[in-house]
Amino acid sequence: MNVVVCVKQIPDPADPGELDPETKTLKRDSKLILDESDSYGVEMALQLVDAAGEGEVTLVSMAPNNEVGGLRTALAMGAASAVLVSDEALAGTDALGTAKVLAAAIGRTSPDLVLAATESSDGYTGTVPAQVAELLGLPSVTFAKEIAVDGGGVHVKRQTEDGYDSVECPMPCLVSVTAGVVEPRYPSFKGIMAAKSKPVDEVTVADLGIDAGSVGWAGGGQEIVGIEPAPARESGEVIEDEGDAHERIVAFLDELKVL
Amino acid sequence: MTEYRAPLRDLRHALACFADLDGMSDFAEGVDVDTTMGFLEEAGRFMVEVLAPLNRVGDTQGSVRNDDGSVTTPDGWVEAYRQYVEAGWGAVSFDEAYGGGGFPHTVSLAIQEMMTSANMGFSLCPLLTQGAIEMLTHHGSEEQKETYLPKMVTGEWAGTMNLTEPDAGSDVGALRTRAVPVGDGTYRISGTKIFITYGDHDLSDNIIHLVLARTPDAPPGTKGISCFIVPKFVLDDDGSPGVRNDVACVSIEHKIGIHASPTCVMSFGENDGAVGYLIGEENQGMRYMFTMMNNARLSVGLSGLSLAERALQQSLTYAVERTQGRAIGAPAGASSPIIDHPDVRRMLMSMRSKVDAMRALLYLDAGAVDRADRHPEADVRVRNDELAQLLTPISKAWCTDLGVELTSTAIQIHGGMGYVEETGVAQYWRDSRITPIYEGTNGIQAMDLVMRKLPMDGGRVITRFLDDMSATVAELRRAGGPVDPLADPLEAAVAVLAETTGWLAENGMGDPAAALAGATPYLEMMGLVTGGWLSARSALAAHRALEAGTDDQDFYRAKIASASYFCTQELPRAHGLRAAVTAGAEALFALTPSQLGS
Repeated sequence: MNVVVCVKQIPDPADPGELDPETKTLKRDSKLILDESDSYGVEMALQLVDAAGEGEVTLVSMAPNNEVGGLRTALAMGAASAVLVSDEALAGTDALGTAKVLAAAIGRTSPDLVLAATESSDGYTGTVPAQVAELLGLPSVTFAKEIAVDGGGVHVKRQTEDGYDSVECPMPCLVSVTAGVVEPRYPSFKGIMAAKSKPVDEVTVADLGIDAGSVGWAGGGQEIVGIEPAPARESGEVIEDEGDAHERIVAFLDELKVL
Repeated sequence: MTEYRAPLRDLRHALACFADLDGMSDFAEGVDVDTTMGFLEEAGRFMVEVLAPLNRVGDTQGSVRNDDGSVTTPDGWVEAYRQYVEAGWGAVSFDEAYGGGGFPHTVSLAIQEMMTSANMGFSLCPLLTQGAIEMLTHHGSEEQKETYLPKMVTGEWAGTMNLTEPDAGSDVGALRTRAVPVGDGTYRISGTKIFITYGDHDLSDNIIHLVLARTPDAPPGTKGISCFIVPKFVLDDDGSPGVRNDVACVSIEHKIGIHASPTCVMSFGENDGAVGYLIGEENQGMRYMFTMMNNARLSVGLSGLSLAERALQQSLTYAVERTQGRAIGAPAGASSPIIDHPDVRRMLMSMRSKVDAMRALLYLDAGAVDRADRHPEADVRVRNDELAQLLTPISKAWCTDLGVELTSTAIQIHGGMGYVEETGVAQYWRDSRITPIYEGTNGIQAMDLVMRKLPMDGGRVITRFLDDMSATVAELRRAGGPVDPLADPLEAAVAVLAETTGWLAENGMGDPAAALAGATPYLEMMGLVTGGWLSARSALAAHRALEAGTDDQDFYRAKIASASYFCTQELPRAHGLRAAVTAGAEALFALTPSQLGS
């Protein structure tokens, strides 16, 4: 069974850098790492291939400057190879443009299953997985907390607010994986050594047959009008006890609907 | 408690400037700083996420000996060890024939630095296993290596070193454990060993004890010591752990620190005698031990750095967050972060600059050990072996003394909160306190430096070392700019070290008591001047990086500031030590024991 995992390489959240006032987007010229959200999909894919006893995990990523730092981490975890789309024309690409690129890259392989995170930890649009599925004409299942492969389809436990839905879906299909549902393995020393020689296929927009005008700033159907610093957290309310403090606390908690 | 952060930029700087890792590609294929940093980032993440969070529970819970003699490690230890084995971080520098990565020892030391910062109690299990692996690699038979090494290299089996006995501590030659040949090539071992680190535990499937013992007709003293393999479980014919050997943990010590590391009293041969297998030849055990000494002492020195680094990180966070008093220049009524007070700044600068100096020394030593072991050219091997021999007692003693000092400084920065266990900083100080004691007390290191290392090659090794320092003085003056002010204090300190070394050379042979009396202050002087020299070299490297337009301006400017502080404010202490080194033994023995007490 062959699984493709869409992975994003993002600025290290521990040292996130800054927003570019001109483009109003996150600066991505420093070193990028594997988005933690995607490590769950990678782990799940590795487990599924392990359980199937055959096949491999391929990564698909889009990043500036031919950045492979995050891909190497996922390769060290056990993925077999990666496709990296890197092209100056992609600067400023919005969610739909990203989905077009990823779909074209995935289309070059013929996976049984495509996994993605629910959303990235830097952009948070949460729309790319469904867009990729639509562009590839694949059925899409979202918010998976468990995936089991059975014959030609998958059984997915789909996280909901109250519990989970049991979903069955024929393969090939695209499933987005909820963060935290598996424990991603740490890359081992030998895994890191092996990852150095695993193939990373670096392709451009032209290689994928995509018109450069349909992606990047040129193809963006959106404009970032402004960026503002997050407002400072307001100071909390101080309750002076005049004999009724307990009632006011209960009223406060009631208002928060936590009682 | 603050989370530990892997000091990756500092490691990169030390590996590039002092270990010269890029220069090791001559004998270690594919090794360079960039590749190594790739490992260290992942290894660091593992230490930070898996081991550091267990440090506190390790301290409060400790390892416990159960009524049946088994030892249980703290909650979470077994799972963390399993993950450690799976990740394979213990295998990095061992022989590829036995599943290792074939990397230089320097790389595994960098991993060890982070592991010890994250969780010293945990780190000792892999560290002792590493010692046992080195012993077997150098002196075991092919069959012994094939039998034991693959599982030890992965960490599936742990290792221990059994030297100390109740009446044989620093004087190992006094040991009494017996090894009697039984005619089938094996021996039966009987005796009691104390202070055995991770002597028993529940982390691994087997424990391979290496035990020093005497055969029946062995000569007395260190010349009659042999080394044996005594597995906890004797292996079956298929090589898997089988029958339980006659070896047991009879108690574990209640210690000041490293509570998670079970320090065991081990009893061998209470019933029929423990089955033991001779390593190498009889009566050569002490010689074999010496081959590992540089590595083992370097590792212990490294733990001084590890604990100081962790303590610095936590102190800095606290000093930024804690407000108290009004700093000079702060508006009236303000409560300033304590880091704005000069005295707190002094403590932090002292920690920062000494941590930098220690790291430089330890990775210089590590690089020398690797070149001494593996460099293709014989004269490079010899030169580096001499350097490693000279640096090892300084690495061990100076860095562990500083580990205790700086973890204590960290408590001071925390004020009353530092004295409270829940703050966590006290643990680093308690954990550090063993390091000046074990693997040769710091007093023994000082004796080793003065009596064995200074006379090496007729004094030419120390002379070359002093010449190297003087060359750096000249280099600082040539470079000028921000590093020029380091030249004068370094030159003066090198001069006093040279003069004091000369005094020892002239008087030491004729009056060994005088040389020994001055050994400890001499080692401290040597540590300070070596630290000053390497800080200056760090500043030079930083200056060159800045001139070349590095992206990391802040980091390299900080390295110059740290080195400047060390050279101008810490290094001059070297001058004050001269009198103590050259005073002779008379004053130390001027009082009788009863006068000492009154």
